[in-house]
Amino acid sequence: MSDTLLKVRDLKIGATVYPPGEKPHDIEIVHGVSFDLERGKVLGLIGESGAGKSTIGLASMAYGRGGVEITGGEVWVNGRDILKTSTGDIRKLRGGEVTYVSQSAAASFNPAKKIMDQVVEAAVEQKKFSRKEAEARARELFAKLGLPDPDNIGDRYPHQVSGGQLQRCMTALALCPEPDLVVFDEPTTALDVTTQIDVLMAIKEAIADTGVAALYITHDLAVVAQVSDDIMVLRMGNTVEYGHTDQIINNPQEEYTQALVSVRSIEHEEKKPTPEPVLSVEGITARYKGLNFDVLHNVNVDLHPGQTLAVVGESGSGKSTLARVITGLLPPRDGEITFAGRKLSADLKGRTREDLRELQMIYQMADVAMNPRQTVGTIIGRPLEFYFNMRGAEKRKRIIELLDEIELGETFIDRYPAELSGGQKQRVCIARSLAAKPKMIICDEVTSALDPLVADGILKLLLDLQKIEDVAYLFITHDLATVRAISDSIAVMYQGRVVRYGSKSEVLSPPFDDYTDLLLSSVPEMHLGWLEEVVAHRKMESAGN
Amino acid sequence: MHPIIKLVSQRLALGFLLLFGASALIFGLTEALPGDAAQAVLGQAATPEALANLREEMGLNRPALTRYFEWLGGIVQGDLGTSLTNKLDIAESVGNRLGNTLFLAFWAAIVSVPLAIFLGLLAVRYRNRWPDKLISAVTLTTISIPEFLIGYVLVYFVAVKLGMFSPLAMINDSMTLGQKLNSIALPVIVLTLVVLAHMMRMTRAAILNVMQSAYVETAELKGLSNFQVIYRHAFPNAVAPIVNVVMLNLAYLVVGVVVVEVVFVYPGMGQYLVDHVTKRDVPVVLACGVIFAAIYIGLNMVADIVAILANPRLRHPK
Repeated sequence: MSDTLLKVRDLKIGATVYPPGEKPHDIEIVHGVSFDLERGKVLGLIGESGAGKSTIGLASMAYGRGGVEITGGEVWVNGRDILKTSTGDIRKLRGGEVTYVSQSAAASFNPAKKIMDQVVEAAVEQKKFSRKEAEARARELFAKLGLPDPDNIGDRYPHQVSGGQLQRCMTALALCPEPDLVVFDEPTTALDVTTQIDVLMAIKEAIADTGVAALYITHDLAVVAQVSDDIMVLRMGNTVEYGHTDQIINNPQEEYTQALVSVRSIEHEEKKPTPEPVLSVEGITARYKGLNFDVLHNVNVDLHPGQTLAVVGESGSGKSTLARVITGLLPPRDGEITFAGRKLSADLKGRTREDLRELQMIYQMADVAMNPRQTVGTIIGRPLEFYFNMRGAEKRKRIIELLDEIELGETFIDRYPAELSGGQKQRVCIARSLAAKPKMIICDEVTSALDPLVADGILKLLLDLQKIEDVAYLFITHDLATVRAISDSIAVMYQGRVVRYGSKSEVLSPPFDDYTDLLLSSVPEMHLGWLEEVVAHRKMESAGN
Repeated sequence: MHPIIKLVSQRLALGFLLLFGASALIFGLTEALPGDAAQAVLGQAATPEALANLREEMGLNRPALTRYFEWLGGIVQGDLGTSLTNKLDIAESVGNRLGNTLFLAFWAAIVSVPLAIFLGLLAVRYRNRWPDKLISAVTLTTISIPEFLIGYVLVYFVAVKLGMFSPLAMINDSMTLGQKLNSIALPVIVLTLVVLAHMMRMTRAAILNVMQSAYVETAELKGLSNFQVIYRHAFPNAVAPIVNVVMLNLAYLVVGVVVVEVVFVYPGMGQYLVDHVTKRDVPVVLACGVIFAAIYIGLNMVADIVAILANPRLRHPK
């Protein structure tokens, strides 16, 4: 008997789309993909959004999300084609033979039920274990996955544990029924880098210990290189390249794979600080209404004209709060902000129209930052009317200029946001902020929701625009590769404090403080065995202390 | 202090404040009506002297504010005043009537709430297929027809033609529970048909909303059946909006049954109120108004509190 657990042949998946102004119609999103997975092995599915990787992962459970339907091909699990089997058999497959770990455990756990109830549910429902056995097994898995207080953590509700812990609970949920295959769908993408390492290691060890096979879906090649035996690179529903991990990482054959491996080609020469900063943040301490502790403690940073200050930190570090203070949305308890040589009112209401115009903002989620019922022309034209009182032909000419600057062109002027790709939407948001002719733009995680190659394009554009418009960026991000690519100076934030601040070369050169060291060493690197090296190194260090 | 206790006591305090406001509004509005109790009592015999005498006697000459607080003080002690028309203690007459209304509302709720939620669940399970469409069509039809019409149609077809149940919903203390239920069967059916649609549609909408969430997908990928997914994972998260609309409808069952009570000649609060409004019996109208307001506010307060308790983040803080 062959050891093949999952055999996928010529898998085709379709979906119904509802484009604005058109009749709904069916499109194919996966165009005939084939692969094999042996028992106990890990196959990495990698690609950008829209590559069909999650869709393929869910197809191994005979599941289509939303209007997605499997239209052709074969999916063999444990020797039978699950696309042709009965509904009852599929229910035995889901949660019994194949289980699923989603990207956001926070959303995938039912907020109204205790963690333990949810972790053991599939195992009990599938009659694999009695409730008691399943709970014992769950506690074992909690311990194996390095969760604190494994005997009692199951009694908590999902909101009572942290995001990283919940992601581990989700892994326990998937492993509890002793499945043959686990589909990991971006299990660490929503986590901070320093948390990602622990979860990644926990998942890897759990796979090795239980001998379960896994489909590991991610957009991050460096991550998948750490856990998988084989890798399949997907693009727009087609297989680009399929081979051993070693071959894909070290000797990619296809141009697209090579681009993925060598992403982050942007080089940016650091500029020297000028005598007169455009923005000066002095001694800012802030807290949210109703909280009895400060979320920012005595923050001091400067931003120089035409330069980029990267504010880097993990979730909860206070970096977005700093942006809210600078924009006036959250008046600080203490400290002051000087902008373009004048003191800014702490409260948004006290700011002049000129203050508002010269300080613009771009957001992480471009699609919710635009009115879906307005055309691109209206969206970009609004600040032109508001700040410069432009009308008619003059306004249109300026909109077209801006569209050219963001490399989209005049043809986009009458389109709606829904007709744009993620990268194009973000470009429109950039044009809207530039329309105000600002001295400074706050960029809040503007590339985090984008695929790496698209994000690279946006960063290049921002750097080019900085040269033309001489605008300064306060660039908020959690991604250190982005920081390297774009910044002139860096502020590292941790728990509401700036723990390291200086020019890019200073901040990124040793000797490091503990936190910056941890942050820098946690960024996955594109070589095999990196994960083990880091973990071993950390164990040694903590043993040495 | 546990945040739940704080939130719930806030709700309770707000509820009482609201009730106080409602009582002032009701009193103020009846004050603003032309004519007063003295005129109503005297009617045709209202000579200026007789009016002045009676006003003196009834204390109507004193400032409205004083009378309001006297009236309010009486209510707090359970004294609703005396009816102008039959000189009976209002609390006593209302007590009996209110009991009857609550009895009818209770049984209508016992039938309609579980039925509405069950139909809502069924509609979600078969969404956009024929059972869903049939449930929506039928409930929307029954809510669209005026309740007196449904009432008379039922009386004619069920009671008169088929000879089932009593066409008149008379009840008294000497009847057994079975006899009483037989007697109120038709009004219960009418009320159920009236309130079913709201609650069913809200249940359907609230659960469908929750069905989009990632945790429902997780449940589906555990191999649970559709019904297990809906009642184990979707329903507990849809409780708050459902309870809200259920409470609104329960309030309607108590406060809004006037028409149905009249159709079936049922001795409840509705009939009592209508009778005394036509006789301009202000104290009775005031008393009924306050009782209705109290029931309305009370039920909505319960809905708020249930919504707070249904939120695991509030029930189990970090």
